[in-house]
Amino acid sequence: MGILDIKACTKRFGGLVAVKDLNMALQPGDLYGLIGPNGAGKTTIFNLITGVYAPDEGSIELDGTAIHRWKPAAIARLGMSRTFQNIRLFQSMTVLENVKLARHMRKKQGLFDAIVRTEKLKEEEKEVEHDAYELLKIFNLDTRAHELASNLPYGSQRRLEITRALATKPKVLLLDEPAAGMNPQEARELMRLIQWSRDQFQITILLVEHNMQVVMGVCEKIQVVDYGETIALGSPREIQGDPKVIEAYLGGA
Amino acid sequence: MRKWIYWLVAIAALAGLQASLKGLIGAYNYQIVILVGINIILAVSLNLINGVTGQFSIGHAGFYAVGAYASASVVFYGGPSIRAAVAFLPAMAQDGVLLLMGSFAAAITAGLAGLAVGIPSLRLRGDYLAIVTLGFGEIIRVLILNLDVIGGSRGFSGIPQLSNFFWVYLAVLITIISIHNLVHSSYGRAFVSVRDDEIAAEAMGVDTTRIKVMSFVISSMFAGIAGSLFGHYTMYLHPNSFLFTTSFNIIIMIVIGGLGSIEGAVLGAILITIILEVFREFGAMRLVNFSILLVLIMLYRPQGLLGTWTLFKKRDRAAPAN
Repeated sequence: MGILDIKACTKRFGGLVAVKDLNMALQPGDLYGLIGPNGAGKTTIFNLITGVYAPDEGSIELDGTAIHRWKPAAIARLGMSRTFQNIRLFQSMTVLENVKLARHMRKKQGLFDAIVRTEKLKEEEKEVEHDAYELLKIFNLDTRAHELASNLPYGSQRRLEITRALATKPKVLLLDEPAAGMNPQEARELMRLIQWSRDQFQITILLVEHNMQVVMGVCEKIQVVDYGETIALGSPREIQGDPKVIEAYLGGA
Repeated sequence: MRKWIYWLVAIAALAGLQASLKGLIGAYNYQIVILVGINIILAVSLNLINGVTGQFSIGHAGFYAVGAYASASVVFYGGPSIRAAVAFLPAMAQDGVLLLMGSFAAAITAGLAGLAVGIPSLRLRGDYLAIVTLGFGEIIRVLILNLDVIGGSRGFSGIPQLSNFFWVYLAVLITIISIHNLVHSSYGRAFVSVRDDEIAAEAMGVDTTRIKVMSFVISSMFAGIAGSLFGHYTMYLHPNSFLFTTSFNIIIMIVIGGLGSIEGAVLGAILITIILEVFREFGAMRLVNFSILLVLIMLYRPQGLLGTWTLFKKRDRAAPAN
């Protein structure tokens, strides 16, 4: 049994079939790539997995639990975290607060503790802050911990989003075009970071990316979709040689 | 332990002022001071919804009214039996017990009203939520207008005077400290995350509907307490004290002070209450001058007088000890 199982999922928007009969199986520890031309349905698949949309048909299981009717927050609590294609940080919070927020769902403090500011709460706050700092250090963001997230340069904002997602202690991490807008140097750095995070935190990573260098360099298994359907599945080498993939990207002869 | 000493000092200071304040500043100014206190509670609590959680409510006067009438009813109808039960206490302590019970009832009733309004309406955003809350405020007012047991359109008279400077400012302290603590806890971060980006908040495991309802209910409870203190100070309640202009005045306070800042809400409440009093000498031109002032402030200081400035920056932003 996989950590993330998508079985025969279909999603329609009116007459448009955005995702058709999709199957996907991620094993624990996978670094899995999802690619496809523009409009292939990649983001819809992400939204199905994270609970933004419910599939019309089929099922999605996270670690053996069917989640395809759940709300996004509940799915996140079960162990799924994500980043966004267009960065969605909490702009009016500091870098540190952004990371600390990710721990909200695992808090032990009650409302009463918060209002009275009990010792129990102070202990927990200290622990959360410590953990957040440790994580920020890993991603080289600790020196800017007290700046507003909106003041960070673009590349750092991308890294902060990944940091925040990791702070939720997920089982599965979904990265939606993490290399978008990065220069080759930053992209190489990101690849290293993705691989390192997978090994360090022993998580499963699903990656949507347009930058082929990143996808081919970092993913061990790649699934190619076009018009909502899977057209190829295999290792980077197999994918690169697949005639159907070449056709989807470059157009048929 | 130190916490309790601070509280004892604060209570002693309030009691001392209670004994001397009226003589020092006169009855008229004393009444303004009381009104300022009640408005601080209203502004700081509304700031939790409108400023911190980023939901636009314009029905705060509704919860204020619910609290005022709930407390007045409890004390008016249940007062004699409560007094009989605590007859062994001196008269001043009896008043205190009555006021506490009334305020407790006010907080609970207003909180329940907040829950009843919040659960269906907080799925709405922006303008739609504003309209629902505005409607709620009016429903409450019209309901009270037609309820004869609490005076209806004649107003509710015969409410004993129980609140005074001491109680009002004790409530002010409790409100400010509670909401400050809340805003600087994990819940506070969740409130702000809902304001900044609901989709990202959901993805981070924050149940946004629950968080919004929570902020709404807590805010309503404090508005209810403000209502209780108001009714037991003026000894008379009329639905006209809870018009939607009352809600707007509270919104003006928090916007002038700086949305999201507790210090701003306090400053806004003090300024607006005093300005509305001082401008009485303009007679019919009072609200015109008031509006001109608001326009000027918003032109030259759109982020509010204090913006996002906070007194407590140092403590909250301190580096952790490893």
